[in-house]
Amino acid sequence: MNDGYSSPLRGTGLSEAHRTRIGLAEMLRGGVIMDVTTAEEAHVAQEAGAVAVMALERVPSDIRRDGGVARMSPVEKVEEIQKVCSIPVMAKARIGHFVEAEILESLEVDFIDESEVLTPADHAYHIDKNRFNVPFVCGATNLGEALRRIGEGAAMLRTKGEAGTGDITEAVRHLRAIHSEIRRLTTAPEEEWMTLAKDHGAPYSLVCQVAKEGRLPVPNFAAGGIATPADAALAMRLGAEAVFVGSGIFKSKDPLRTAKAIVHATAHFEDAAELANASRNLGEAMPGIDASKLSEAERLQDRGW
Amino acid sequence: MATVQAAVLALQGSVEPHLRSLHAAGAEPIEVRKPAELDGITHLVIPGGESTTLHHLLKIHGLDQQIPERVRAGSLALLGTCAGAILMGKNPEQAPPRFELIDVDVDRNAYGRQIHSFVGEIEWQSGPGPGTGEGVFIRAPKFVRIGEGVNVIARREDEVVAVQQDRCVACCFHPELTTDPRLHRWFLGI
Repeated sequence: MNDGYSSPLRGTGLSEAHRTRIGLAEMLRGGVIMDVTTAEEAHVAQEAGAVAVMALERVPSDIRRDGGVARMSPVEKVEEIQKVCSIPVMAKARIGHFVEAEILESLEVDFIDESEVLTPADHAYHIDKNRFNVPFVCGATNLGEALRRIGEGAAMLRTKGEAGTGDITEAVRHLRAIHSEIRRLTTAPEEEWMTLAKDHGAPYSLVCQVAKEGRLPVPNFAAGGIATPADAALAMRLGAEAVFVGSGIFKSKDPLRTAKAIVHATAHFEDAAELANASRNLGEAMPGIDASKLSEAERLQDRGW
Repeated sequence: MATVQAAVLALQGSVEPHLRSLHAAGAEPIEVRKPAELDGITHLVIPGGESTTLHHLLKIHGLDQQIPERVRAGSLALLGTCAGAILMGKNPEQAPPRFELIDVDVDRNAYGRQIHSFVGEIEWQSGPGPGTGEGVFIRAPKFVRIGEGVNVIARREDEVVAVQQDRCVACCFHPELTTDPRLHRWFLGI
């Protein structure tokens, strides 16, 4: 899509707060962000080379299994994990639940994930992320959704995938959709941009920016269904700039080994011999669910507006 | 700059912004992930990222040994920003293990968590200076002890934020997140 130099540095011309928020996202590139539910798991993640952890009460596959309302992690859980981590600690707030986000900001989490994995608090509106100092990451399944979230102030995007399934197919679909829509924009003549903005339901100014620069104004990571080193590398090959791994690590047979292998694979994502090394003797991956067999009510990726 | 071959350690972190800065400074940088790729490199950048992650990935193929050896042998100049600066300095009490190429103790996350990240003016004292520049500090480290043979190259208020010893340059902030190529241009000349 670009050679790395042709489009301008992301974040220039923005406010100081916005630049530092995008700056942290830049630092996480090429890394693996791991879901953890205890201090011990956080320790394993850090030991394995995670660039950040996501502090959760339950991993997505357990949220899926248990049903009910999924909410922000308990405060003491976030604090327990912050205590043992020198790497950034992220936490999830429900879509539209700006009070959960304010609580997480007061705990000084490093990143807030406004996440469809939790039960949405608002079925029409997302959090106004521009008024926070802490950076936010949001899920997106297509370019319009990505640009709406950036317009609201997200400093990082991720695919939604289909969390808790161990099935990569939806993350692949979202990465391909976003990149093909960006390519389409970059070849569209200027008089088509407004109609494309309307079709995507995206802010016109951001559509113009993407059309000119050929990439998103914030980093885009992959999430949802990544269970193996090969899955992580596939996401990177499709243009993800880093990966989130949820249930894939601590639902595998040997979490430390799996975590190290996924970190290794993400760093060397274009090198098949390295990927073979990372994939050797891993034992069983997490048991998966075929994402295409989920009923409409079970699909998490449709949450978000 | 016929004899210069610049590269960025591309295992994790802000690799692309450094490639861009080196390019703007007149170099044609390549990416290094494995020991063999270090052959022929004269100037290497260790980018910002997570220092524990970088250390873990460097160890897999022995780059954690090879890079300091090349520097000590005088055949490699090194620029580290943020996580890179952490790895280049010293600190016997904090993970990860350090290269100890510059006689400074570096504390990780010394300003606190992300909410305390900021953009502030820095003053170049030597190196690419004199002059002022923009310092982007993200979960930044601090130099808490500076040895005698270490040259201060930038300050922010009364704090030292960039240092040089021989052909090693360590920077607590992120020049690669600005469009100012002065530090990279100067680095390519050392």
